[in-house]
Amino acid sequence: MSSKISDIVTNPTTDGRSGDVVSTQKDKGWFYTDTVKEHFFHPKNFMDNEATYGEAAMGMVGSPACGDAMKIWIKVDPATERITDLKWKTFGCGSAIASTSMMSVMVTENGGVTLDEARKFRPQHIMERLGGLPARKVHCSVLGDKALRSAINDWYRKAGKTDKIEVEQGRIIDKVLKITDHDIEEAVLDGAYTLEKVQAKTKVGIGDPCCIPEVENLIRFYKEKYFGAE
Amino acid sequence: MKEIYLDYAATTYVDGRVMDVMRPYFLETFANPSSFHTPGLQAKTAVADARGMIAKFLNCRADEIVFTSGGTESDNLAVVGIPRAHKARGKHVITSAIEHHAVLETLRYSQKIGEIELTILPVDTFGSISVNQLKQALRPDTVLVSIMTANNEIGTIQPIADIGRAILKWRKEQKTPYPYFHSDACQAAGVLDLDVEKLHVDLLTVSGSKIYGPKGVGILYVRRGTKIEPIIRGGGQEQNIRSGTENVSGIIGFAEAFRLMQEEKDTENARLTILRDRLVDGLLTIPKTRLNGHPVKRLPNSVNFSFLDIEGEAAVLYLDAEGIYCSTGSACASASLNPSHVILATGLSYEGAHGSLRFTLGKRTMPEDIERVITVMPSIVEKLRHMSPINLDMKYFTP
Repeated sequence: MSSKISDIVTNPTTDGRSGDVVSTQKDKGWFYTDTVKEHFFHPKNFMDNEATYGEAAMGMVGSPACGDAMKIWIKVDPATERITDLKWKTFGCGSAIASTSMMSVMVTENGGVTLDEARKFRPQHIMERLGGLPARKVHCSVLGDKALRSAINDWYRKAGKTDKIEVEQGRIIDKVLKITDHDIEEAVLDGAYTLEKVQAKTKVGIGDPCCIPEVENLIRFYKEKYFGAE
Repeated sequence: MKEIYLDYAATTYVDGRVMDVMRPYFLETFANPSSFHTPGLQAKTAVADARGMIAKFLNCRADEIVFTSGGTESDNLAVVGIPRAHKARGKHVITSAIEHHAVLETLRYSQKIGEIELTILPVDTFGSISVNQLKQALRPDTVLVSIMTANNEIGTIQPIADIGRAILKWRKEQKTPYPYFHSDACQAAGVLDLDVEKLHVDLLTVSGSKIYGPKGVGILYVRRGTKIEPIIRGGGQEQNIRSGTENVSGIIGFAEAFRLMQEEKDTENARLTILRDRLVDGLLTIPKTRLNGHPVKRLPNSVNFSFLDIEGEAAVLYLDAEGIYCSTGSACASASLNPSHVILATGLSYEGAHGSLRFTLGKRTMPEDIERVITVMPSIVEKLRHMSPINLDMKYFTP
């Protein structure tokens, strides 16, 4: 059975509003959906013993200073280029752990997705399967797919197929103003170290306030990357 | 599974004895104290009695107590109302980096709109303010100093009496009544002695929700003769400092809660200190764990730890699944995505601050509860570390 991205979301819930964020105004019940809780308390496919994965392709994103870091190992069938196994480790909050766990299931279920299909994974696919995440937790789920793409590049590198390595494209952060992470990176390089200063340069988040937590995370990430930890 | 509440600094339950004294003020003595009829006068008398009782414990006069809607309003009234009433004298305010948001965010806003100039004092690695640094920050145009009595996140107790004396000395030398000295004592109330004459404060905030009293009621002590501009205007209640019909049942409950806390303070402090120290000893056996705050000058019911390589919210959720309720200063649990401003101010790295947990003890905390936490916590930390891709050096604990 082949699995396309459109097939991957097998169990959408109305609660999650098709992977949309859950309003922070929600003031009843538990903070996370039952699916998020299940993956947080009983994580699937997490890396138990790194020694046996020494040869596997690996990708990592995030940093402990940012509050989220994810590391992903994949095993791939060279003939079909399907991901046969994915293991992960995550430093982060409940939704970060649950998102990585859910992604590991989505990538490996039904015989595994191909590397090309895996590259099309986006946070909203994971969020949809999780039944949605609280608005300010969305940033926690955006690292898993990046780590996966980084591991895929590593696999191609190890397989000698360097032509298949893809540079991470700019990702749109502010859907309204179409501001990408590269724009934020440029702003930080220009000396804008705070949200206010980055907003003064890019207007990010003015029309799409939902993205502000992620912008703050990116500012700290780039600041640390280029100017070192505080 | 027994539920273990260790978040008393967030808020306390309402003592049953407090509820008992409040009940008649919902059902019978419910009239408006401003009304000129018999039930109105009864309510007025009850409020006056409560005010007198609270004044006794603060060693002040009854007319120096202003009832408010809680700690946040009292703090707002103090740090907004004083600079506004004294703007002819100057607009400089001094505070610290670890104040509660009710003080810090309010002052930052006043600064932003140009009402004040703000000096934010740093703290040392234990979260203590230096009295010398504060003295150096004083200026002829300083109208207000606001320093909390004890910190809500890390439990560090500040040298309020020393600061008060330093300010008195400055006033004497400069021959001026300025600056006024405000302290947010929400977390210290019922635990420390809040005699305003010993602390040398001019304004003091106390909240009902941290002393086993009702939520939605607090006080601001305002020393007699201190001019303060109201932030809520209307019918002129509370000597025109705070308008609005008195929350009579809340005020009665606040006074009773405060009285009970004073009465039981010494035995409860001694009991909680033993439990707190046992928790510290027990949890510090977990590798790569740090106690945040001051080793000695801390509240008897408050501890805060940082565990490297794990994230605080994840630990809170695993503890929650065990029926143990505590809080975190981690970024992911806050709206701002920044870890606790208090823990960062003590010089701890972002890495260290992300894995912080606060346990605050109270009247229902039993020795077996503490033992349960000590038993459960190592495996939770181990599990989360096992899931974590990072393995930080202990140097992340040193500023």
